[in-house]
This record gives sequence, C-alpha cells and structure tokens, in this order.
Amino acid sequence: MSAAVFSNRWLSPSAWRNLFRDWPLLPLMGLLLVLVIVIQLADPGIVTLPWAGVIMRASVPLAILGGCQTLTMLTGGIDLSVASIASMTGFVTATFVHSPGGWVQGMAIALVAAALAGFVTGIGVGIFRVHPLIMTLAMSFVVLGFANVWQLQMVQTGAGVPGELRWVGSNTLFDVIPYSLLVFVPLTLLILLGLRRTGFGRLLFAIGDNPIAARLSGARSWQVLIALYVLSAVLAGIAGLVISGFTNTASVSLADPYLLPSVAAAVIGGTSIMGGRGGFSGTIVGALILTVLTALLTVLGLPEPTRQIVFGSIIVVVAAAYTRVTSES
Amino acid sequence: MTVTTDLLLEATGVSKAYGAVVALKSASLAVRPGEVHALLGANGAGKSTFVKILTGVVHPDTGRIVVRGKERTAHSPAEARRGGLMSVYQEPSLIPDLDIRANLRLTNTPLEPFRHWLGQLGLTDLDLSSLARRVPLASLRIIDLARALAIEPDVLMLDEMTAALPANLTERVLEVLKTMHGGDRSVIFISHRLIEIAAVCDRATVLREGETVGVVDVTVGSEERIVELMLGQSVEGLSARTGDVTGPESRAKTATPRISARSLNSGTRLHDASFELYPGEVLGVVALEGQGQDELFDILAGSSRPKGGELLVDGQPVSFRHPADAIRAGVVYVAADRAEALLMQRSIRENIALPFSTRFRSWGLIDLGKEHESVDGAVTRLQIDARAGGEVRRLSGGNQQKVTIARWVAGGVRTMLCFDPTRGIDIRTKTQIYRLLRDMAEAGAAILLYTSELKEVQLVCDRAIVIFGGRVVGEVSAADGDEPTLLRAAYNLRSEAAVPEAVAAMLGSSSSSADASTSAGSSRPEVQQ
Repeated sequence: MSAAVFSNRWLSPSAWRNLFRDWPLLPLMGLLLVLVIVIQLADPGIVTLPWAGVIMRASVPLAILGGCQTLTMLTGGIDLSVASIASMTGFVTATFVHSPGGWVQGMAIALVAAALAGFVTGIGVGIFRVHPLIMTLAMSFVVLGFANVWQLQMVQTGAGVPGELRWVGSNTLFDVIPYSLLVFVPLTLLILLGLRRTGFGRLLFAIGDNPIAARLSGARSWQVLIALYVLSAVLAGIAGLVISGFTNTASVSLADPYLLPSVAAAVIGGTSIMGGRGGFSGTIVGALILTVLTALLTVLGLPEPTRQIVFGSIIVVVAAAYTRVTSES
Repeated sequence: MTVTTDLLLEATGVSKAYGAVVALKSASLAVRPGEVHALLGANGAGKSTFVKILTGVVHPDTGRIVVRGKERTAHSPAEARRGGLMSVYQEPSLIPDLDIRANLRLTNTPLEPFRHWLGQLGLTDLDLSSLARRVPLASLRIIDLARALAIEPDVLMLDEMTAALPANLTERVLEVLKTMHGGDRSVIFISHRLIEIAAVCDRATVLREGETVGVVDVTVGSEERIVELMLGQSVEGLSARTGDVTGPESRAKTATPRISARSLNSGTRLHDASFELYPGEVLGVVALEGQGQDELFDILAGSSRPKGGELLVDGQPVSFRHPADAIRAGVVYVAADRAEALLMQRSIRENIALPFSTRFRSWGLIDLGKEHESVDGAVTRLQIDARAGGEVRRLSGGNQQKVTIARWVAGGVRTMLCFDPTRGIDIRTKTQIYRLLRDMAEAGAAILLYTSELKEVQLVCDRAIVIFGGRVVGEVSAADGDEPTLLRAAYNLRSEAAVPEAVAAMLGSSSSSADASTSAGSSRPEVQQ
C-alpha cells in the first residue's frame, strides 16, 4: 500500500514534499522496498524468508545503537561513546564466564559501568555545558582505556561469550525470526511509548526544539540530559551484549564499525541532528535500509572503496532531501 | 571639492516593506553641512529600518539617497562608508581579540587624527597595543567614536551611542559634537534622551508610522513640539474594561503584594527598581528601549539573578536560581519574542502542555485525558484558531502569541509577567489579549505588563510605573496615563519644559546622569512618586 501512495503522487513536487514531511516513514519504506527489489534483480532468488531473518538479525544491534543516536539527537546532541561502551559491556561480560558469579554478574557489572559512563557524560553535557560531540568522543576514549586496563587484568582468566548471549544474538526461530527480537521488541516499545506518552519524552523534544523555551517553561535541562545519557549508555551496553552474541567474539573494539552507521541510521530515519525532530520508528527503518544496502553492495561484488562511496553518497542524498522538505519556504 | 547643493545628505521617499509588513512608508531626511541633526521616533516608527537603509545594511524598496549632490546606492555598510557615511553604535564594533592598533588598521584609520580625537574625548592614557577585550567598555565606545571622527566622514551617524555611557564621558562627547557646528561635515544624532538633543542638535526630524512627519528647529521648549509629532493624533478609544476603572486606592492595599521589589539591581542596566504588584491589578511598566526593563523581567522570571536588592513574592523573600523556581512560586513569564517561547516544530498541544511535564515527578506517563481537558480549556478561552493544526510555526503571529499565554492559563495564573505581549500582532487579537488580562486580574491574578504601546496603559492597566535609566522614576495612575503624559514620563521630561536648566544640570554635575534624572522625576508635577 505504501508503494501505491509512493508512486501515484511523486510526480507533483509539493504533494511529494508534504507526504515526505507528514509521513516520513512511507518514503523510507519505499526506499527499503526498492533496495529489496534491486537486490532480488541483482541476484534472483536471494530474497527469501530466511534472508529476511538474516537481515533483521544484523539490523537489531544497529537499530538499538541508532536509538541511542536518535534520543540524543532529539535534544540537539549526539553520542559518539556508544561503540566503546557496547564493546566494553560485551567484553566485560565475557571475562566473567569462568568466575564464580558467572556471566550474569559480569553483565550486571558491565551495565552499571556503562550507566556510570553515561552519568559522567550527562554531567559534562548537562552541567558543564561541554558540547555532546566532544564530551562523548572523550568518554569513548576513557571507556576504551578502562576496558584495556581490564583486559590486562584478565589476561590469565580467559574469556568466552556465554552460550545464552550466543543464543540470543545468533539463533533464529524456524530459521526466520531472530531471538534478538526478544530484546529488541520490548526496548522498541519502551522507546516509542517513552517518546510519545511520557513527560520525559516531551522534554527531549522540547530541549532540542528550543532550549530557551524549555527553560522558561521551567524545565531543568541538566536533569533531563543526565538521565538521557545514562539511558543512551545502558542501551548501548545492551546492544553490545547482542553484538557479542551475534559475532561470538568479545574484544574492546568489537562494536567500533557500528559507530558511524548508527548515526547514519538515525539521520536516514528522519531525525534532525539539530534537535527537536524525529523518532525511533524511522531509525529502525533506517537501520534496515543500511543493512540491505550493505548486502546489496556485497552481492554486486563492488570493491570496498566503491561500497564506501555509494554508502556515503546515499546518506548525503537522504539527509539533503530531509533538509529540503522540512525547511519552511 | 565644490559643493553644488546646500544639503550634505538628502533622503527622499524612502520605503521598505517586509512581506506584508510596511516598516517604512515614506521617510525623508535632509542634513545641512555643519549641523547636528537629530532623528527621532517612538517605538515602531520605523527609525531602525531607516537607519539600516542609510547605513547600507538594508536596501530600500523605493527612494533616493543623495550625498553631496551624488546619488548613492549602497549595498553594504562598507559601501556606505566609502560614500561618506560612517556609523557608531551603542555596542562598540571592535574585534575583541585584536589589539587597538590592529583594529584601527582594519578600517584604515589614520593614527594621528585618531590620537587627536582621543585626546579631545578625554581618553589620553590609552595603550594602543592592548587587546580590545581588556579595554573597559566605556573606553571602547570612545575609541569607536574617535576612530569614526578620524576617518572624517561627510556624515557621522551616532545611533544611541550615549545610551550606555557614563555621564562624564557623555559630556565630553556632546562637547566634541558641538565643535562640529558650522563646519563642512554633519552629524546625525539618535538618542532617547531629549535633554542631549536639546543640548547639541540644531534640527530634529521626527518619524511616525513609517513617515517623516516633521522637521523641528531645536530651541528652548521644542520638546513639546517633538513629543506631539511623535504621538500624532490619539488613537481610537478602544477599551478592554468591562466594569468601572478601579483605581489602585480602592483595591485592598492591605493585601500582601504578590511581588515586592526593593532596590533590585542587575549590575548592568537596571540600577534601582522598587515597586509592589498587588493581587487583582494589572500594573503597567513604561520605559523607552534599553532602560533596564529587560533585566528587570529577567530577574523576576528567574532567568538571571539580581546583583543587589530584595525580591519578595507573597511576602516571602525569594532567590530564584532558575525559571522553575519562579514558576513554583507562582510567577510565570510570557516572553516578548515568540521565537524564544515556543517549540516551533511541535504541536499547539505540546506547547501548551510543556510546563506540565517539566518537574521531575511528572516525567512518567502522561494522563492524556487530563491533558486534553486543560489544553482544550485554554485553547477555547483564548480562542486560538487551531485549524492550522500541526506545528506551531504554521500559525499566525497572533495565534502563536496566544499559545504562549495559554501555556500558563491552562495551569491557572497567580502572578503573570508579560513583556510586550501584543508586539506585532493584529488588532483583533490584541483586543482579545487585553480582555483576557483584565479578566484574569478581576479573578484575582496579579499581572505585570511591560508595553511599548503607550495607549495600552489606559486600556488594560490600573496604574503604571515608569523606568528611566535603570530606575523606577515614577508612577502614573491609569486615569492620568494618556499618551503625552506617559511619553513625557518615559523621556523623564518635566512638563514645564525648562530645558536650559536640565541641560545645565546634566552638563554641570559630576554625578551620574541617572541621579540627575531621579531628582528631575521627583519634581514632575503630574506624576506621583
């Protein structure tokens, strides 16, 4: 149905623009569909239910990390520490497999550490007014440093990804539905509901749209920002556990390749980096688009540099399209 | 150079419209060589647009500007400067991270004349190699002026240059301006202080509603003529009052004031503000631009902290550290700038409901039913046209302004601060806002209303305080608050225009000009202190 709306109206620029602005999900779904069709044409027979399961499984961690970017970008910020934090939680959890407390204890410790990192970031951004880009970049180095210290401590004990995480991250039901959805679906509902129906969600949009108005209405943005960066860090930590189960690896730089795609997923999904505009549903579709695109470029057998160029160009084009349709003329 | 015309600068038929808003209809200005010419106009008269056009910042829609007989079309301040017109503003235009010498080099200022003018202006001990950011603000203003004088422009425009200058420096500036009389060059002098204009200007051009309405020879007693020109004919007798005008006397003065300000001081423009705001009244604030009213409202709304003085809300001393503290104490603020108050990309509902979710304990699930109820109530009460729907930025200016007020009405108003809430909105919406403010006051709310439209004082206020030079210099009851009285009070002018005395008081005293104005205020007959 979305495809019908998409193709009937796209000849009229203003109708197309209004559609894009009021229902940003429709054109995104359309783009996703086009990519799926192209990949099917490029490699006939590739698109099957199990293939869809593979795509979903690969998209889940990216979508969660994209969620971190969405939430922070709504306030006009960004979270560049998600990759370090995700790697750290996966790694720390893995080092506890052989300890008396088991991996569950390790996971708890790792998530508390993540929350602590987010808390410090929140204080930096919210109280000391350090730009989120700088603050989270710095925090990513600090977290990486601590993870490396931990690695040196744990070099004798040995590590391994717990079986339960491997099950969640890699296994699928009937070869189609990935078990990571058990983590992802509740998180998604929580984020969507939180953004739409809670005071906290309203404040994220308010601070991003107009910090002065939020302040004049009595919002203490530092409280919101601290809570936000703790939330973002914990989400990143959960994503790290899924990634480590998905790849069956634990290393202090495991999630690094996800960093920029997580920002890209949020941007493609229609979240404005200037704040105040966007949402998580777009980010989920954005993550799916990026995953299918990667698959497509691999199927086409393009060399790595070409893939990077195409990848970057698509992000730029989509972001530019958003700027065009969302700015009032 | 042969001068073929007897006018140095002549602007005729200058107009400018921004979309549907006509900022300037037909402005003209004729400046003779060797004169100091004042340019005057009340708020919204188009003065600032005219200045921007003369200085080349804005390009006019129609009109001619002729300098020394040659038509000029300037597209930038730099071009205007090459055309012989140089401006000095209230805020110095020096680059803070360069030293003074480098700043001078940027504008090709000849050094010797600069030193000469600096000496004339009384700033002899300046080290040219000090960074501009290390030089005190008052000295920077003087440097800016000396630089402009050294370039020897045909026309020097001083735009509120003396507004934030200490009295002794103002005196030096005025003395230097006097030496320009009878020479080859001219000065366009813009100031809110009629006393200064009386002291140095030869003639004054008055703008009203985008038109030049008169040129006055500045002599003893010409203030009255100037004020008359600025006012024009009194506007319609529209009233928002439902019942009789209730004077402040008849109100229960025994009630605890909602706000008592005692010698509030912002450390910058506000020096001494004392007044009481009682429940059930609308108290007007009358002031020219930049007299400290912005700072006063910032302090009352909790946006900034006072440097001195005391603030009591409902009889309790308070110290607001954040607007949230003021809101909790029942003091809410309607900002002048809608771009400052609204979430432009969000819906009417979210904008109105914003204060409901700011407190930590309301971060959780929103009770949508309850929210709809109070938001819809406010939308109905303010007659907000919600048909435009969606984002607030698609609403008209009037509806946007109503949303900023509705935000507080939805939660019930105890004490409301309104800063020029009717600026730039249509007359119908204005009337609705007047009526709403009156209704709220009748229901027991206390409202402090700063307005740049003086006629609003009689329309909605019970009484008004006048702020001049950072001090509350007087109080006017609504019954006496016709526009001429208020405008005179806002200019801190005695009605029996004794100009030479006032000038003498200002030029002769070594105390600050603000002190002089307080004493002038206390002897004003029609204004109660």
